[in-house]
Amino acid sequence: MSTNAMTIPAGNIEGRVWVDTLHQWLTTVDHKRLGLLYIAYSLLFLLVAGVEALVIRVQLMHSHNNFVSPQVFNRMFTMHGTTMIFFVIMPVLFGFGNYLVPLMIGARDMAFPRLNAFSFWLTALGGLLLYFSFLGGSGLYGAGNAPDVGWWAYAPLTARAFSPGHSSDYWTLALLVSGFGSIATGINIIATVLCMRCPGMELSRMPLLAWLYLVMSGLVLITITPLSAAQIMLLIDRYLGGHFFDAQAGGSAVLWMHFFWIFGHPEVYILIIPAFAFMSEIVPVFSRKPIFGYPVMVAATVAIGFVSMSVWAHHMFTVGMSSKSNSFFTITSMVIAVPTGIKIFNWLGTMWGGRIQFKTPMLFSIGFLFQFLIAGLTGIMQATAPFDWQLSLSYFVVAHFHYVIVGGIMFALFAAFYYWYPKMTGRMLSEALGKWHFWLFLVGFHLTFDVMHIPGLLGMPRRIYTYEPGRGWDTLNLLITIGAFLQGIAILVFVANLFLSYFKGEKAGNDPWDAWTLEWAVGSPPPGYNFASIPVVASRRPLWDEKHPEDPDSRYE
Amino acid sequence: MVGQAFSSPTNIFAPMSTPAHSILDLSLFVLAITATIFIVVSGLLLYAVVKFRTRAGAEDREPAQVYGSTQIETAWTIIPILIVVVLFLATARVIHALQDAPEPPNALDVIAIGHQYWWEFRYPKLGIVTANELHIPVSDPARPMPTFLQLLSADTDHSFWVPELAGKTDLIPNHPNRLWMDPQRTGVFLGQCAQYCGVQHAKMLLRVSVDSPDVFASWVHDQQQPSFSDARAAAGQRVFEQTACINCHTVAGTSANGRFGPDLTHLLSRATIASGAAQNTPENLRLWIQEPDSIKPASLMPAMKLSDTDLDAVVSYMETLR
Repeated sequence: MSTNAMTIPAGNIEGRVWVDTLHQWLTTVDHKRLGLLYIAYSLLFLLVAGVEALVIRVQLMHSHNNFVSPQVFNRMFTMHGTTMIFFVIMPVLFGFGNYLVPLMIGARDMAFPRLNAFSFWLTALGGLLLYFSFLGGSGLYGAGNAPDVGWWAYAPLTARAFSPGHSSDYWTLALLVSGFGSIATGINIIATVLCMRCPGMELSRMPLLAWLYLVMSGLVLITITPLSAAQIMLLIDRYLGGHFFDAQAGGSAVLWMHFFWIFGHPEVYILIIPAFAFMSEIVPVFSRKPIFGYPVMVAATVAIGFVSMSVWAHHMFTVGMSSKSNSFFTITSMVIAVPTGIKIFNWLGTMWGGRIQFKTPMLFSIGFLFQFLIAGLTGIMQATAPFDWQLSLSYFVVAHFHYVIVGGIMFALFAAFYYWYPKMTGRMLSEALGKWHFWLFLVGFHLTFDVMHIPGLLGMPRRIYTYEPGRGWDTLNLLITIGAFLQGIAILVFVANLFLSYFKGEKAGNDPWDAWTLEWAVGSPPPGYNFASIPVVASRRPLWDEKHPEDPDSRYE
Repeated sequence: MVGQAFSSPTNIFAPMSTPAHSILDLSLFVLAITATIFIVVSGLLLYAVVKFRTRAGAEDREPAQVYGSTQIETAWTIIPILIVVVLFLATARVIHALQDAPEPPNALDVIAIGHQYWWEFRYPKLGIVTANELHIPVSDPARPMPTFLQLLSADTDHSFWVPELAGKTDLIPNHPNRLWMDPQRTGVFLGQCAQYCGVQHAKMLLRVSVDSPDVFASWVHDQQQPSFSDARAAAGQRVFEQTACINCHTVAGTSANGRFGPDLTHLLSRATIASGAAQNTPENLRLWIQEPDSIKPASLMPAMKLSDTDLDAVVSYMETLR
């Protein structure tokens, strides 16, 4: 997709061009190409995991449904969760980070281009390993099967007594391998942001996106590590006679929960901080104002990074911790609402007094703001430990975290796609299809996930393949399923838009949104070396300064 | 109220016991605060979106470039901090009151053991063992008689959740937990396992029968009797004792003393079989013994593959275990 930096030896045979192109993509160390590979790979898995979600929803459409067996249902929710977290959202965020961070800080590539390629291929291998379980999961026991232990894989369900064959080994290895890829990417982004900024770009002048990816990468380093350690311990338990998590032999099932959630909760912030990053770039441009309170936004992000590492056991309020522990994790979980609230207020402050343009990226951003607000408030309900004794493990929680991940992160991602697609391909995404995509997805999202809170309040636990009639859950579940299909249709519109616009979209030019950060100073798509000469910046909005020499930002910072 | 708009026997807005009540009171307080925040912030957002949209004729004019305001940012940092302090204090009080409640001497003790995929209930002071249907006495607020459950697991993690009586607490192997409730109304309360525990997690249903003192006393008396022996069911008892049934099931007073499956000594006193997956009728019992997958696929009850004669005999024997 991007222009080649290298000259390609002209092939005599027509077929050679394809081979060369393929060879270039497979061996590339260019941050933009790797970014696009991450994005393409995650879109593929988005479709797979979306189909898994629809299987779940059809099965739950009414009570005592027999669309799939309990075994298949359990594999579907395990694979849906694992795929969406580790092979859709993580890689797509790394993809955007890879593509954008060097461009926005005026660098020609990441700090370690070859490590970057290595990370991508590790992640890719992880996803393939996970899905190979459908063929090889039972090893010599017969046909394959996918893991069915849930995406937290709580001990002792993963012990060999309860999970024979190799299905959970594929889960373990997939996460271990992709985890190493993530750690390497984290190191790479940190090194890039700290060492590769162009002249004049002090830390205090960095685009917020670069700041947020820096914090996110720090979290990756700190929290993927215990997850990887736990996977190794689990393998030792399963194959070398260890007893870390084997409660029958004096091990501790609760230990696994701590290991998993000390990864799992900061992981939520690893995923949402890049979404904040997109918001912090997109909301200002479409409000035609600089971000409100830049230093506070940076401080709030760093605060979220630190506090997010002390909240993990709010996933474990029902595990039977002491009242002191429960109180501690209640206060830390509530405190994180303060910096998060500051962010919402500052985006609001950015829009206030602006001139808001309702282009598709902004529509998705406004959706994000409303939905993330609601997700934050239901989060406070669950931070209240006693309230959580009712809500935890119910459909209320499922609704809450989908509000964060779909209503928040996915909406921010769609905004990012519509905003940066012109930069990546040189063509605009269709606004008409974009509006269809937005409204269909918005209606489907709210039908599914607003309604989904209610069965949780009415006692419906998560991860059940069927339920009894007479619990008051039937009608609600039917509505949820209808909403899920609407979202499915919206995703197809989006994919169609990606393909059609690539060939027929309006030409974008360098700077279609009249934006202010460095990526818009170069061609669309940018040349292999990004910048012909390394830019020099004097403020947070170098392109504003260039467009308004009479009133540059540098005067006020 | 959300909860009253939908009729459900497992509604967290219809508490019938002190823990569920205190949780609901706190929850309503939290809901009121979060609803207020939602109305204020979403109102501001909506106002900004409408008020500051691009108007015709102003497409090219850039608005005033404002970079921030220390006063405003300080305000929207301090107000949330105050809200958090209030919420935390209210919460900590309820956590302490419920979790650290001392057990009164007259409390009923029950040990609940989670199994894939059923519940074992043992009453150590009363010498009773039963399954899936917990019987406890009603608690008069004037003279409280709470029930304290000790929660254990025989295999994977489970979670005990009867929404109208108490919040949920997990049953974790090698990690005993405690849960208490003092239901103030008689009746049957429904719930089910809330922590994913394996293939049949969905059909690990739970019934709590809250009995008046008299009914509870007579239930206890009946459960304490040895198994009923009826000469007409001798053939069935013989089949039962000579097949694999006794490896997993107990019938007190016979050679059957397995503990892997539910105790069947007073099977007929229960309304359901297969942990609530089917009504306790002779037809369902027959189906359950011969083809358990048709009621609860992948439950750990094996298909017994008995001849029709033996099956009839065993079912008639089961029908005498009252």
